[in-house]
Order: sequence, then C-alpha cells, then structure tokens
Amino acid sequence: MSALNMKLLRELWKLKGQVASIALVVAAGIMSIVTMRGSYESLVTAQQQFYRESRFADVWVSLVRAPEGLRVNLESIEGIDAVDTRVTFFATLDLDDSGIPAQGRFISLPEIGRPVLNDIMLRQGRYIAVGAIDEVIVSENFARARNYLPGDSIRVVINGRSRDLDIVGIAISAEHTYAVPPGALYPEDERYGIFWASRETLGPAFNMDGAFNEAFVTLTPDANIDAVIESIDALLRPYGGLGAYPRRDQPSHLILQAELDQNRVTGAIIPIIFLGVAVFLLYLVLGRLISTQRGEIAVLKAFGYSDWEVGGHFLLFAVVAVLLGGLIGLVGGIQLGDAYIEMYAQYFNLPNLEYLPSAGLLFFAFISCALGAFGGAIAAVRRAVLLPPAEAMRPEAPARFEPGIIEKLGVGKLLGATGRMVLRNVTRKPVQGFFSSLGIALSVAILTVGFFMFDSVNHMMDLQFRHIQREDLALTFREILPETVRYDLANLQGVSRVETYRIVPARLRFGHREDEVVIQGMELNAELRRIINADNREVPVPATGIVLSAVLADRLMVSSGDELIVEMLEGKRKIAKLLVSGVIEDFLGVSAYMNKQALWQLSGEANVISGAFLAVDALSLDDIHRQLKQIPAVTGVASPATMLQSFEEQLAQGILIAAGFLLGFACIIAVGVIYNGARISLSERGRELASLRVMGFHRSEVAWLLLGEQGTITLLAIPLGWLIGYSLSYAIATGLQTDIYRIPFVAEPRTYLLSAVLIVLAAIASGWVVRRRLDRIDLVEVLKTRE
Amino acid sequence: MGEITVHALKNVDFELFEGEMTVLLGASGSGKSTLLNIIGGLDVASSGDVIYRDQNLHEFSDRALTDYRRAHVGFVFQFYNLISSLTAKENVALVTDIASDPMSPIEALALVGLEDRVNHFPSQLSGGEQQRVAIARAIAKRPSILLCDEPTGALDAETGKLVLSVLDQVNCQTQTTTAIITHNASIGALGDVVVRMSSGEIAERIENTSRANVDDIEW
Repeated sequence: MSALNMKLLRELWKLKGQVASIALVVAAGIMSIVTMRGSYESLVTAQQQFYRESRFADVWVSLVRAPEGLRVNLESIEGIDAVDTRVTFFATLDLDDSGIPAQGRFISLPEIGRPVLNDIMLRQGRYIAVGAIDEVIVSENFARARNYLPGDSIRVVINGRSRDLDIVGIAISAEHTYAVPPGALYPEDERYGIFWASRETLGPAFNMDGAFNEAFVTLTPDANIDAVIESIDALLRPYGGLGAYPRRDQPSHLILQAELDQNRVTGAIIPIIFLGVAVFLLYLVLGRLISTQRGEIAVLKAFGYSDWEVGGHFLLFAVVAVLLGGLIGLVGGIQLGDAYIEMYAQYFNLPNLEYLPSAGLLFFAFISCALGAFGGAIAAVRRAVLLPPAEAMRPEAPARFEPGIIEKLGVGKLLGATGRMVLRNVTRKPVQGFFSSLGIALSVAILTVGFFMFDSVNHMMDLQFRHIQREDLALTFREILPETVRYDLANLQGVSRVETYRIVPARLRFGHREDEVVIQGMELNAELRRIINADNREVPVPATGIVLSAVLADRLMVSSGDELIVEMLEGKRKIAKLLVSGVIEDFLGVSAYMNKQALWQLSGEANVISGAFLAVDALSLDDIHRQLKQIPAVTGVASPATMLQSFEEQLAQGILIAAGFLLGFACIIAVGVIYNGARISLSERGRELASLRVMGFHRSEVAWLLLGEQGTITLLAIPLGWLIGYSLSYAIATGLQTDIYRIPFVAEPRTYLLSAVLIVLAAIASGWVVRRRLDRIDLVEVLKTRE
Repeated sequence: MGEITVHALKNVDFELFEGEMTVLLGASGSGKSTLLNIIGGLDVASSGDVIYRDQNLHEFSDRALTDYRRAHVGFVFQFYNLISSLTAKENVALVTDIASDPMSPIEALALVGLEDRVNHFPSQLSGGEQQRVAIARAIAKRPSILLCDEPTGALDAETGKLVLSVLDQVNCQTQTTTAIITHNASIGALGDVVVRMSSGEIAERIENTSRANVDDIEW
C-alpha cells in the first residue's frame, strides 16, 4: 500500500464518526429514492398489469334497467371497442356474530365463460359452476377479515329474502383494489365485501331477468371519450341512465391514483433534501480537513505529487463515505421498499404487487447521490489543489473577527465573554452558519410536514364524524320510499330522532361546463346531518337554491348567485334552472345540498326519501340492528361511530410507522449537521478551549462555549424549519387536492412543539458525543503545538 | 512491543518562594515543562508530593485542580493562546469574570503597556503585543503564582526583551511568584533563582545576588 493510502486509512479511522454521519445522510438520500420511487414504480407496474389482465374498462355507466338487447346498440357506438353488462346490487349480510351491520355488493358473472371486461382474478377455490345458483365468490379482503374459506357458507338478505350461499372461491378485482362501502371514506373489510354470483342467481332475485343495470366499455385507441360518454348517455337516458363516467372517476381507481400521485411528489422532494445536506456536509468536513492539512499538502506538492494526486487523495474520503452510504442506502432502501409495499398491500388489493426496483432505478439513485456528494467534495478539494506549495507551507492566517451588526446594535453588551465568543463565531461564517441552520431546519420541516399530515387527517375525521355526521345510524333504502316511513322508524324501540333525506343523481351545467353529482335533499333545521364548512361553522340549508362544495363550484366556474341548468338523472329526468345560493369550503366529496322540499319540487316526485338518519339510545343499538335486518327495504346501515373507530385504529398504526421513519430521517440530518459542526468547531478551536481549561474554566463551562454555537444554530433553525414545514405543508395540501377530497391545512401547536423538541433532543445527543471528546482533550499536548 | 516506563522527572526536590522570580533552564526534553505543568496543576506526578501553602496538589481531584488553576495560577504560553474571537480587553475579562479579586482588564493591560490597544482583536496585534495581552490575562486575577512556558520562544530578540521587561516589572510591582521556563541561558540573569535541569533532574540551583536589567542581557 502506498504511503498516501496509508495516510488515508489512518485519517479515515480518526474521522470515522464524521465519515459515518455523512455516509448515513447519503444512505438516507439513496434509501428515500429507492424506497419511494421504487414502490411507486412497483405500484404502477402492478396496477397496469392488473388492469391489462382483467381487461379494466374505460367508461362505466349505471342505469335503472335496460334489456340485454341494448348491448348491441352500445357496441355500435363509434369509439367503443368492447362492451360488457351486468347486474349489481347492494344487500345486507346476515352475520349473526355481532350487531355490527355488514353489507355486500353483489355483482353478476356471466353464466358461461368469463366477463368480457372487468374480469375477476381467483385467489383461492374455483369459479361458479354452470347452473349453480347458490354459489358465490367473495372478495379477498372481506374473506380474510372474516376468516372465510371456500366451502364456508354465508347468509345474505337478498331482496328481503334470507338465503344461504356457498362460498366456492375467493377473488380480487381491479374495480375494488380499494373497496370502500357506499357512504364511507375508508375500507371496512369486516363490514363490507364484494360478492360475485351467477347472473342466473342475481337476475331473478332482483327482477333483472334478461336485463342489466350496469354497463362498461373499453375504447378504441383513437376514440373521443367525451363523445362516447355523450352517446352512451343519450342511448341510456330512456332506461334510467345515471350518467357515464370515465376511468379517472372510478372510485377505486381514483383513490389508487391519488395515492400514486402523492407517492410521486414526496418521492421527488425528500431525496432532494437529503442530497442537499450531503453536499453541504462533505463540503464542510473536507474543507476543514484540508485547512488543517495545509502543511502536509505543501509537503506533498513540494515532493512532486501532482495536483491531481493531492486532489484525488482528499476526494477518496468522499468516495469512501459515498460507497459506504451507497451500500447502506441500497440494501436499506430495498428492505424498506419491501416493507412499504407490504403496507400498501394491506390497503390496495393488487395481485403481483411486489417490490421490484429496476436496476436502472438503483443505478440512478446511487449515481445522483454520488454526483451530488462529489459536487460538495470537489468544491472543497479545489482549495487544496489550487493552494501554491509555498503558501501552503505557512500556517493559515489567524481568523479575523470584528464585532458584527448584531453586536453593533448593542446586543453584545448583554452577553458575557462566552456569549460574545459564541455570537462572533456564528457571525464570522454567516454562510456556513446559514447552511447549517438550513440543514437542521430541513429536518424540523420533515417532521412538521409529517405531523401535519396526521393533523389534517384528524381534523378531517373530526369534522366529518363529530360535526357533520352526528347520527348514530344512517340507513340507505333499496328504492325510494314514501316520507311516511319516518313514522315507522320513529316507532322502533330506542329511536329518539329521525331525519330523512332524498338523494338524486343530477347533471349540473353552467355555460359549456358540466358535472355529474348527487344532490342531497336535507331537512330544514336538521340536527343529525348538517352542512358544515371548513371553519366548523354550520351553513343553514337554504329554502330554495343549491349549495355547492367549493371544489365543485370551481370546476363549474360558478359562484353564489349564478343560475345553473340542472338535469335530473333519475325518475322523470326533469330539466330546470337552479340558483346557486351558496358555496361552502369543505374537504370531502363534491357535495351539492338542497332543501328536501325544494328537491322534491325540482324532481317532480313529492314525499319520497332515499334513506334516513337515526339518533338512537346506545343501549338499544343491538336491538335496533336486529329489527332493521328484518326490513327488506333497508339495504345499508352505516354507523359513523364504528367507521371512525376503524379508521382511527388504522390511523394510529400508520402514525407510529410513519413517525418512526420521519424521525429516523430527520435525526440523520440533524445529527449529521450538528455533530459535524461541533466536531469541526472542536478541531478549529481546540487550542482556545484548552487554554480556557488551563486558565481554570471547568469542563462544563468550556462545553457550553463549544456547544453554544451549535445550540444557537439549532435554535435559529427551528423557526426557519417551521416556516419551511409550513410552506411545504401548504404546497402539499394544495398539490394533493383531488376531485374527491381536499386536505385541510391545519397544523396543531403540538406539531410545531413536537418537531422542535425532537430536533433539540437530537442536537443534545450529538452535543453529548462531542462533549465526551472535549473532555478527553490533552491540555498539555494541545498547548504545546502550533496549529 | 512492551511498554517501557520513561521518567520525565525524578528526584526533584524544589521550592518556589513568594515574590521571587525563578528561571528554569534546560534543553528540550530536560523535564522543565513537565515540572511546570505539575506545579500549574495541568499534570499529576506519578509519585511524590506537590505542596502549595500546606495543601498537597497530588491528592487533588480533577475538579479541585481546575479550581486551583482558576484561583491561584496564571499561565503564559509560547504561542500566546489568545481567544481569536475576543478583543484584548475581552480576553483579559475572560479571566477576571471568574476570579474573586481581580484587577480591571484595563488596569492589567495598562500594566503591560497596552492601554491603547484594548479593543483590538488578536489578528490585529503583533506577536509581542499578543504575548503582552497573554501576560495581562495571566496577572489580572492577581495569581499567587505566574507560570511562563517559553514566553519569548516565538518572538524575535527585540520583542522578546520587551516581553521579559514586562514580566520583570510585573514581578517587582505585584510581588507575584513567577517561574519562567526557557532554553535561553542568558535569561537566567533576570531571576532571583536559576534552576538548571537536565534529564529530568535538577542539575544545579543558583541564587543570584542581584537581578540583571533586561537591557543588559545578551540574547
């Protein structure tokens, strides 16, 4: 081994703490790319493969009832490639193990052969036998949550009749990768499942013999999707068509896609932060190493080593840090990606979902981090290379100090000698101080953003389940029922209040813009279900006119006072003019609210309701569930309390996992910056500190002096970090706004406090490590040598 | 390789008397710095006793040694060791802030003839000036004992003499017990006592009948 490499090895060992902390920052950068981008790619691959294999449709349409013969007409629409039809209904599941209501979505499968489009993928068991009318295939998540296996049977209330169905298979479907029950926001696998049965089973049960109530199509490559949707709507209008919608509005796809988009965004931001910090740290540490080795550099050059050899020698420090970081990052990233995808698999039911980072991605992650790190290293090494040997022989000129602006303002007088030393050391290198602060600020920001996400979700859930949905039970009826049903419901033992609602799908049009929505007809002076805006304030239901979500109003480009054209997509399909009487800022859904009476008038169907909200006595809840199960017309019973509970359980778990990762990442940065900063101060000012010890300063007093500088930088970083975190959170809240939800921009004081406290703890830990080193300083040795 | 015990000092029996100036002479490696470090509480002898006014430093803890240095010892180093981020006055104040009965930093700087340079940073002072600030810093707490380790080692003859005359003057005016380490034999003439060291032992102890004038010594 050459002498120069021997020197490298020894110095690497001496600087092992610093090399390791830089390697960790590099590793975190690579890890974040490999994990986030890798899972994004894996998810996209799995999604596309699943869509392709199951022949996922491009456009869906629901309708009341159309004869099967109409299928030919659909096929002949220009731009349509393939058509499939089916019968689908919701039914109550009679699961006698608990009082919790459960619901199934029943979907028909063709009697012979497989569905042309939206095919299912069997995971266990077999397909429905030809002619078997009591066989059913259930969705995998539901089967898993309920421990169902092929061979078990399940009791279902279909059209008021209790029936036992045999489970013959367990399957997944691209339409239900994320299966949310109607009216819910989150999968509830215990209480909601998808059931596939033969059309011969479902058709007669729902009076759909030779008819269908849902159709979907794929498009030819050159199709104009808007034109196709228009033609479908025109064709199906007489059959109660509820308006065709494209794939991007398909509920499961919509949520999966939103998740993918979010992944893509965070997968781009976070690695950039790590990269920036790695560049800065390498610049800092190598810069310091080079200035302490001016003499050695001069000697090497005087002996005839070339600039390249000298530069290369110092660059090797960076090479070691980057290789070490790269190895940890690649291995750790693949591990973490595996875990990440496993977590996704709990929510999104995609077959072949496997964490498979491409070689190209691994290469890209490594190269981009390595290039960034070398950028920082080269900037520092340039100084060594450019140093003329004669100048390098002389010791570096003593650091120049002068009272800075802050001191000239009189702050200096308030500080003791220690305070002034800290202040001057910070202000002497404002650029380095700024970047150190920025680095720490970024870790504060990472934590702030992480906790902000939870605050937002919590806020949204609180608003939805404690302020908007105040009912104990929400009932959905299979078909519209007369308003008088409310008296029957009120008579049930334990029911203390009944409010009924009417929902009508409709198309809203303003100028050339249009949107399909579900208009909710609410009671005047309702207490159980109210319109609440983002500020937690109740918006009274207007006597006439419609109140729209801000997202919807934006899309239609309408504001309060404008007049819309509304086309009812159900019943008599009336078309009328309608005044926008209010726009509300809300987070979930694209809502349109009206007074129930006004909606009756608009739709031309008076005194009919689609469902009801009940307030019930908690003790009678089980009893009421039993009674409701006996009412055939009630197909859905949702309980906001159980929805919230299931959501909060999943959220709590998610918070712990995510907070752990964020904390780990943030600490790597904070410790990297603070530890290296303190180590460098120690090496720059070891003699000064030793002098102070000799003059009778105690260890703790000297430690304050050294760590005061890092402490000041950390304290300055915290408000900066909050600011960056606040801005990033705002950008994320705005950037992640989708058609179905908006993320509220709320951050609890706790979030700011927690992110600051965690970073201060990381700073104290780094300071403690350096302080131990300070305690071991050999006073006599330091004073004897000239720097 | 086995460990070999090397004695930096052995059989040293040595006294410093109040108010006297002692010059410790010796070549490098003679053990004079080790002796000074032990007297100053920076180092601890592996055996033997160091008695300061009836207290045995040999039995002091690390913290007690720090307190001893803080209260009683002034140090002047070859390379000044000023805090570069503090002005001359502030460097002195660093010590007076933690002392019980110090002189004012201005007073201390006036004693070394730097009353006009109090607000200068080390980088704005010459080597001789920096060493005089270091002396002012060492004497400002009115130490019982002033230890100077090669105080002129990094200076040219002219400046070195100036620094020595400051030490001489301080010793006469404040009656501070002073020990100066040097390898420059001619400086010995300045002391009340000259102790010559060689190979870790005291080779010779000479008491001067009268102290020479700084201007008269040959460099």
